[in-house]
This record gives sequence, structure tokens and C-alpha cells, in this order.
Amino acid sequence: MNPGKILLVEDNPDDVTLTMRALKSHNITNDVVVAQDGVQALDYLFGKQGRSPADDLPAVVLLDLKLPKLNGMEVLQRIRSEERTKLLPVVILTSSDEERDVIDGYSLGANSYVRKPVDFVEFTKAAQQLGLYWLLMNRAPPSPRGP
Amino acid sequence: MAIRDWPIKRKLTAILLLISGLVLLLTSAAFVTYEVVTFRQTIRSQLATRSRILAANSTAALAFANEADAREILGALKYDPHMVAAALYDRNGRILATYPAAPSADLIPAAPQPDGYRFEGGRLVGFTPVAQGENQRLGTLYIASDTKAVSDALRLSGVIAIVVLAIAMLAAYALAAALQGRISAPILALAETATAASTRQDYSLRAPKFGEDELGALTDSFNQMLGRIEEQKQELQQHATRLEQRVAERTKELERRALELQAANSELDAFAYSVSHDLRAPLRSIDGFSQVLLEDYAAQLDQAGRDSLQRVRAASQRMATLIDDLLKLARVTRTEMRTERVDLSGMAREIVLDIQRTSPDRQVEFAIAPGLEAQGDSRLLRVVLDNLLRNGWKYTGKQPQPRVEFTAVDENGDRVFVVKDNGAGFDMKYADKLFGVFQRLHSSAEFEGTGVGLATVRRIINRHGGRIWAEGIVDQGATFYFTL
Repeated sequence: MNPGKILLVEDNPDDVTLTMRALKSHNITNDVVVAQDGVQALDYLFGKQGRSPADDLPAVVLLDLKLPKLNGMEVLQRIRSEERTKLLPVVILTSSDEERDVIDGYSLGANSYVRKPVDFVEFTKAAQQLGLYWLLMNRAPPSPRGP
Repeated sequence: MAIRDWPIKRKLTAILLLISGLVLLLTSAAFVTYEVVTFRQTIRSQLATRSRILAANSTAALAFANEADAREILGALKYDPHMVAAALYDRNGRILATYPAAPSADLIPAAPQPDGYRFEGGRLVGFTPVAQGENQRLGTLYIASDTKAVSDALRLSGVIAIVVLAIAMLAAYALAAALQGRISAPILALAETATAASTRQDYSLRAPKFGEDELGALTDSFNQMLGRIEEQKQELQQHATRLEQRVAERTKELERRALELQAANSELDAFAYSVSHDLRAPLRSIDGFSQVLLEDYAAQLDQAGRDSLQRVRAASQRMATLIDDLLKLARVTRTEMRTERVDLSGMAREIVLDIQRTSPDRQVEFAIAPGLEAQGDSRLLRVVLDNLLRNGWKYTGKQPQPRVEFTAVDENGDRVFVVKDNGAGFDMKYADKLFGVFQRLHSSAEFEGTGVGLATVRRIINRHGGRIWAEGIVDQGATFYFTL
């Protein structure tokens, strides 16, 4: 088992860079896999066009909401509806502070909802805490048996 | 059924029968009485005539006191079955002969009575003088007849009267039945029309008219009345139709506006959503990469360069706050209100605790009156109190003995809530600018702020149907009043 990968679903390259930097600068050495839209994220989790998924499931998915093609809510819905991924920890990491999004996110089974702070110092703190918590402290659900 | 509840037809027939019956009865009684009286007179004169004839025939027998002759003469009376008895008295009142030959004692009086003919004890009796010549009285003839003929006549005329009465009543009934229609038919038609009109509410009905009498006039008036009701009903219906049309038009208009409003609202929603999402992302990049520069290239930058980058960061963070505040203001307008009883005192105490927890370095005296309550949306009212109390806290920052009060007064029956501080205050010249968006009376260097808070507060108060106003004196403090 490959311990603790992070799947970062984020379309904004700036945010990708900053998130990576925040995670790396705090000695979180785990691999970060980036999906730039919802379709890529699902391809990574479920395999593309009949091919089996490349890797084991990640330890956590950091999911942006506003994404091209499939938005974050749709991705979350799909993750929760599949036997293989229904227990996968998903953290919504977004700019939105809308109550509607918070309620929808939790209703669809998100494990956490974090708003990205504009202040990069704050942002770095948040990313670090997320990484530490979900990779090191959190006990992940047992890996599902392969198909 | 009581007589007054009888149908008119029956009443009319009954009246006609009663009148004709009474008239016929009186006529018949008169007829019978006349018959009887006439008949009695007739048989009395008949008896008188017969008596005189018999008396004339009896003169010889009486003159010679010839009993046998006298008896023979009287015996001729047997041919008249009504003759009951007869007697001849001589000049001295003694009986010479009787009929029948041996009569029972009560039939013949012992002595003659005064001359004349009279009904007596169910019989007609007569005493006739028997005389020779003018003045030579020889005796008296007595004849008694029964009155059977009278009673026969009475019975006959009675029967005739009853038969006539019966036939006349039948005829009267037939006539009444035929003729009462002349009066009852228009009334019945009128009644029928009235009933139909009122039960079916059909005012186009008209009662048929039978003539130009009073019932005709009544029918005319009734029909006119129906006509007027019909007209008024039509008018009313037209009004109702017009009203319905107008209501429908207005409803359509309202629905259209509601749709427009809905469209505008969802546009605003989408706008706010995209602002909250998309406007913040570049700010994060600006701030983030400025920080990257500061961290990774600090050595290549002089103090002025580093300072510039710090300013870039501060500006982007300030803009993020502005965006957040604006979104809050928009949300205040968009969120649905849930009205309930709100404990404002308790809410104020919670806010104060929060302020004191996040800024333990400042000592501000808060005086919150107990038991302040209001009807409103608790989440929105929390925003109001939070803004006003934090303002009080903020603007007393340069005051050696800072104090913020939350109380209420009753003014003209309205509850007015008061938040008062002894802070920087403001010039009343600018009081009207206080509640405008991005309007600030102090520089950011003096007191931080975006100028959105009081605009948000006023919007919430307005949504509650209340008012807010402020009084201030520079460097002595500000007082905010609001009603809900």
C-alpha cells in the first residue's frame, strides 16, 4: 500500500502552485496528484474508459467547487455513489463562503469544508493543518477490495 | 288545514257557495212559509164555503128538529176524508145530530162556541150560524177538519225547496269552479312566477297578464320590478366581470413582475456567487506570490521593495474584506426572514463576550440593560447588534475610560433601542452619510473599517420595518437609535 497520497482537484494553476508550496514547505512529503477538472479527478479515481485506476485510493481528496466540465459537487456525488470510493475522505477547499455551498457539501457527504483564506500566511497554515490532520492523524477507512 | 291556509281557488269557491247557499236557503224558507200560509187560508175558506152550504141545507131539518134529516145531511161529509167530526146545535145549544153518528166525547164540544173558523189543537174547526131569512137564527153548525192537507202541502213544498236548493248549489259550485279562475288564475300565475324567479334566481321571467284590472296592474308592477332586478343584476355582473378582468390583469402583471424579480434575484445570486468565488481567487494569487517573493527573494529586495510587497499584500487582504462585507450586505437583502421573539440582551452579552475574548488587551466597560426583547429575525438582528457594539468598541479606542451602553426607551408608544458610546463621535453635518455604503467619517489610519457595516445595519432595520438614526458629538461619543 502506498501510504498517503493527496488528490488535489483544482483548476487554478496559481492555487495549485501555492497549495503545493504550502504543503511542501511543511515537510509533508507525500505525493500530491493534481486533477485540473472534475473529469480528470474521476478518471484518476475510477480509471479512464475501461482501464483500471492507476493507483490505490488517495488518503484525502482536496476538492475545489468551481471546476470546468464537472463541478465539485458533481464529483463528490459520484465519489459517494461508488462502492469503491464511498468512504474516501473528501475535504472541500474553496473560495466560496456561501451557506448554500456549505450545506450542499455536507449533505452530499463531505468530511470537512475549508474556505481558502486570501492571506497567504493563513492559507499556508490551513494547508499545513489539513495535510497533517488527514495524512498523519486521521485513521483512513480500510482499503476496499479490488474489483 | 286552517281556512286562512286554504288555496285561493278553494277560498273563492267556498265564499261563492256560502253566499249562494245562504241566499237560496232564505228564498226557500220564504217560499215554504208563503206556501203554508196560503194553503191554510185556502182550506179555511174551503171549510167556510162547505159549512155555509151545509148550513143552508140544514135549515129545514133544524126548523123542524128532524133528527134523521139532520144526520143524513151531516153523513154526506164522509166523502171528504179530511172531515173529522160535525154537529148541529138547535137554537138552545143542544145537539141535534152528530157526524159520525156516535162520536167520541172530545171530538164535539158540548155547546156551540162563537161563530168563526180557527185552527185549534191540530184541527181546523168552524162554527157556522144556521138561519132562515135574514135574522131568524135556528142553530149552529160545527165542523172539524184535520190539517193533514196542510202538512202534506208543507212536506211537498219542503221537498221541492230541498231539491231546488241541491240543484242550485250544484249549479253554483260548477259556476264558481268555472268562474273563480278569472280571479285566481292571475294571482296563481303571479305567485308561480315569483316563486320561480326567487328559487331559480331567473329574473328574465315575466308573469302573464290576464286583464286590465287591479291584478293586471299588480302583474305589470311585478314585471317591472323583475325587469329592474334583471337590469341591476346584469349591471352587477358586468361590474364583477370587469373587476375579475382587472384582477386577472393585475395578477398577470404581478406574476410578470414576480418572474422578473425572480430572474433579477437569481441573477444577483449568480453574481454574488461568482463574486465570492472568482473575485477572491486573483487576490489569493496576489497575496500568495507577494509572500513567495518576500520569503524566497528577501535577500534581493531592499527595505523599500519589501515594504511595497507588504503594501500589496495589505491591499489585497483589504479588498478581500471589502468583498466579504459586500457579500454580507447582499445576503442581508436576499435571505428569507424568520420572525421570532429575540432576547436582545442575551444576544448583546454573547457578542460582548466574543469581543472581549478576541481582544483581551482592551478594557471597555459594557453596560447592557436586562430583559430587552424584540420581534424579528435573530440572525439578522445579531448582525445589527454585532455591528453597533463593535463600532462602539472600535471608536472608543482612543478614550481613556471607554464605555458602551445598550438600553431602550419608550417614545410615543414605540420601543426605541439605544446603543451609546463615549468614543470619537461624529460631526452631525455628516449624519446623513453615516449609513451609505463605503461611506466613512474616519480614515483607515484612525479607525479601520470598510464602510459597509452601518449600511448593512440600516438595510436589516428597514427589512424589519423599523428606523435607525444617530446623534453624535465629535470626541464625546455617538448614539444610535433604532426601532423594529
